[in-house]
Amino acid sequence: MTRTRDMILRGRLWVLKSGENLFSDIDTDMIYHNAHLAVTSIDEMGQFAFGNLDGYRDFAGRAQPGDIILTGENFGSGSSRQHAVDCFSALGVQAVIARSFGAIYKRNAINSGFPIIELPGLPDSLFEHFDDVELDLEKGILSKGEKSFNGNPMSEVAKDIYMAGGLFQYAEQI
Amino acid sequence: MGRTIVEKIMSSHSGVDCRAGDVAWIDIDNRTARDFAGASVVGNLEKYGGDFPINDRQKTFFTFDCNVPANTIPYANNQHRIRLFARKHDLKVFDVDAGIGSHIVIENKFGKPGTTTVGTDSHLNIMGSVGAFGQGMGDVDIAYAFKTGNVWYDVPQTVKVTLEGIPAKGTEAKDVALAMLRRFNNHELLGKAVEIYGSWVETATLEDCITFSSLATEMGAIIALIPPNDNVLGFFDISREEAVYADSDAEYSEEYVLDINELEPLIAAPPSPSNVSPVSEHSDVKVDGVFIGSCTNGTYQDLKYAAELLKGHKVASGIMLKVVPATRETWSRLLDEGLLKDIFDAGGIISNAGCGGCASGQIGMTGEKEIQVSTSNRNFKGKQGKGNTYLAGVGTAVASAVLGRIASVHELKEVR
Ligand code: SF4
Repeated sequence: MTRTRDMILRGRLWVLKSGENLFSDIDTDMIYHNAHLAVTSIDEMGQFAFGNLDGYRDFAGRAQPGDIILTGENFGSGSSRQHAVDCFSALGVQAVIARSFGAIYKRNAINSGFPIIELPGLPDSLFEHFDDVELDLEKGILSKGEKSFNGNPMSEVAKDIYMAGGLFQYAEQI
Repeated sequence: MGRTIVEKIMSSHSGVDCRAGDVAWIDIDNRTARDFAGASVVGNLEKYGGDFPINDRQKTFFTFDCNVPANTIPYANNQHRIRLFARKHDLKVFDVDAGIGSHIVIENKFGKPGTTTVGTDSHLNIMGSVGAFGQGMGDVDIAYAFKTGNVWYDVPQTVKVTLEGIPAKGTEAKDVALAMLRRFNNHELLGKAVEIYGSWVETATLEDCITFSSLATEMGAIIALIPPNDNVLGFFDISREEAVYADSDAEYSEEYVLDINELEPLIAAPPSPSNVSPVSEHSDVKVDGVFIGSCTNGTYQDLKYAAELLKGHKVASGIMLKVVPATRETWSRLLDEGLLKDIFDAGGIISNAGCGGCASGQIGMTGEKEIQVSTSNRNFKGKQGKGNTYLAGVGTAVASAVLGRIASVHELKEVR
């Protein structure tokens, strides 16, 4: 799956919720269960995305290329598996937004050139499920029409790696 | 505003003024990979490394320490794949005889105060013991470091912890680290660098510092940095000016004081390193095996202490005492000084240098319901087999081996 390298992404927003609140503490086993770790081809990983997340087990079948995911605190805590990033690339998901990310997940996402944006303090209900949103990676702003929320801009390092398409692609340029 | 130790190290290694929250490319002085995940590093370099996959071969090396010599075919395959790659690119391999990678970095003085080290070992932050930066990373990051000499890093916030008072006699560095785990649990320091102050660290030996900093990972911290004291400076034969210290007006995200005055020996009961209580509360727990070693407590100082305590005693019948020096150099010193004989005569099983009981089975695993006292740093379910592992210092481990139940060193003999 080749991705665009735009700094402004537009897409349909999946607002992941647990009850009334943005879903927090989604760990790597909920994103990509360890039963499927032997899979090495990225294209085959998409089908397992959120396969172990209550309420979203059918995500892979319903996601469309270009979708953007929004969640709560501490997304991707747990083990260091790269599959938990790659499964979204495989489905053509453009970006994951969270109030915060687990540290290792953040490294893995940035290293594979997959855009993630942190929106600390985002209210639970500002955005609605399947809103057509705009995500400005450069400024860290998520918006739909009049409503918008400012978060953390993508770091320079993350931007460079994203533009190159991944850490090793970046290495080839220097 | 002044800068913390980690801000200073990252600034000097990136060429820009780094502050907590910045993301910077930092130069890495020591780029390492071990037998665990090292083969994946090689795989990445073969795929993406091009004709020149190694930036600086003087600074790049492999350390085999998990499974030495390999006792599973996958480990044997991985180790040999690494050896062949290393031969091709003329890289140094500290092979299966050498010992634990992080200790080799210190022992050979590659990791001086103020330097940077990365590798595939999640306990490389042990470098904090000498006021240096170290970090374990995934195989993609490490392959990138091999190829370019750099990694990017989120400069962490720093927490300042002052340890107040002097522990009781018979209390070790391990107990002080367990006191930290008891106070901060495994999440209060999450993602932070921690600087440690107080009279205890000012007089701690290099080995004490290593033990303490080896538990930073379990504390959830990025690294536990100990400002180099005279013992550490003496080991590296450098002056204070050559080491890195925080500015007096450095900015800390939090500051804590932890009272360790008259601290008694502690133990972490399964299943978590932060499940800490006094050793004396567990004296009715019968023990089946004891492991002394690992990057936490496998130094010359640790094993010399074990030998001294064991001299004239016998391991209780039916109990395994497994002893693993951290490095070949430690092994050799213990051998020369007759200390291994004291351990052997007391009934100890001595294995070759490496991670030993801490990694996958070099000196045996625990079976279901087996109770082990270990000087290592992790007692999560399944880490050292199916049994239940308690984490403690060397004195507690030896006393438990001799008495056949969890016991503090005071029950064995009067200590200094
Ligand atoms: S002794 Fe254990 S914790 Fe230390 S480096 Fe080896 S496997 Fe890791």
